[in-house]
Amino acid sequence: MDMMVHPIKVVSAASPEVASAAIKIAARSVNVFYGDKHALKDVSVDVPERAVTAFIGPSGCGKSTFLRCINRMNDTIPIARVTGQILIDDLDIYDPSLDVVQLRARVGMVFQKPNPFPKSVYENVAYGPRIHGLAKSKADLEEIVVTSLKKASLWEEVKERLTDPGTGLSGGQQQRLCIARAIAVSPEIILMDEPCSALDPIATARIEELIDELRANYTIIIVTHSMQQAARVSQRTAFFHLGVLVEEGQTETIFTNPSDKRTLDYITGRFG
Amino acid sequence: MTEHILKAFDEDLREISSRLAEMGGLAERLVAESVDALVKRDTALAQRVIAADDQVDALQRDIEEKAVLTIARRQPMAVDLREIVAALRIANDLERVGDLAKNTAKRVLALDGEYQAQKQLRGVKHMADMVLQRLKQVLDAYGARDEERAMDVWRRDGEIDAMYTSLFRELLTYMMEDPRHITLCIHLLFAAKNIERIGDHATNIAETIYYLVVGEVLTEERPKLDTTSITRMINR
Repeated sequence: MDMMVHPIKVVSAASPEVASAAIKIAARSVNVFYGDKHALKDVSVDVPERAVTAFIGPSGCGKSTFLRCINRMNDTIPIARVTGQILIDDLDIYDPSLDVVQLRARVGMVFQKPNPFPKSVYENVAYGPRIHGLAKSKADLEEIVVTSLKKASLWEEVKERLTDPGTGLSGGQQQRLCIARAIAVSPEIILMDEPCSALDPIATARIEELIDELRANYTIIIVTHSMQQAARVSQRTAFFHLGVLVEEGQTETIFTNPSDKRTLDYITGRFG
Repeated sequence: MTEHILKAFDEDLREISSRLAEMGGLAERLVAESVDALVKRDTALAQRVIAADDQVDALQRDIEEKAVLTIARRQPMAVDLREIVAALRIANDLERVGDLAKNTAKRVLALDGEYQAQKQLRGVKHMADMVLQRLKQVLDAYGARDEERAMDVWRRDGEIDAMYTSLFRELLTYMMEDPRHITLCIHLLFAAKNIERIGDHATNIAETIYYLVVGEVLTEERPKLDTTSITRMINR
């Protein structure tokens, strides 16, 4: 991977209210190229710790691309090239000596379509802690599985069917299973790429409720096409357009009084 | 402002805005006519003002209903949301303006047959002219989304308050001079208070326009010069 480290000092680029909250992720001049296509242009942003940050923007604006930089998912795309710097707790995640597997344990991800492994509910959650060696004993592992399922608000619904296949659960339950699976390896950051777009309103409400609970312990970034969802669940919102981070700020400000006209046009449905 | 992708949304907003303009025009007319009725002791005109207040109320209900429907249907954001919130608030203020005009008109009926004195009326008429001018200016400012013109009304509300305070003293003097003037002066005092309150609603509307255009709530304390609540008769 072509990696260019910019000689940029990490100063808080964001507004003062973020500066007061601890910054978990600091991105500096991040560019992403897919072959010749310049998909993400010079993005610098601070993501606060233990809060929900929403990325919004029209399709192809670069929000998912940027999300995928944070746990180096773009590494899996051969033609993708990332430049710039992303720091998690002052650690450069594109440092060549960094163990990507370890990084992805710290930075969990939940996808648009629930994708449980074709294994039992229990195994879906137990898999991560087991391969990362997080459990010393069988009882330990069981405890992790139960706690994770409880944290994902799924325990009550699946406690009698832990040996059933995960793929047999409802869509909403599958998504919460995927969240439980992500939580099981004790990540610090959870990335969610449109986690509710395949779910009905009730399952969506459950996930949103869950996100609100999880933010006490995790730094969450959610990519969503639903402006209402971004407004409901996040504390900060970043608006992307044509690969550029147009505006980032407190969610309430972005949705009531954004400063950039492009943001205003997008959130009020005037794009076109 | 460019148009929404959804044209029906633009239509909803336009509809609310034009209803509000209609309501503003009507409220303005009722205030003018109620004062006219008072000055000329025209009971027929006063009756018409009282009857027309129903239209103002109906328009308010209509605007409220449309606003609620638009929120439910379109989930407005940012300036669109402020547009609707502003319409709701302004409609509320205008509804109160209509009520105050109606109350003034009712006093014209109560005064029927009472002693008429032009000199006591002069102050009320002058104050009413000023308030009407403010109401007109603030409604124009709403139509033009011009927060500067609205703020001008806001800043000058103190003048109306000061005028009311001096009118209060003046009417008090007339009452002390000749007890036969008391009924008339009391009614005029209430009418003046109504008019002063209409000025306050114009000021509220100005604040709403500021919020609508700028996106922030005005936090500054408004200039207040109505001191009648602490005014007493000094020579007692």
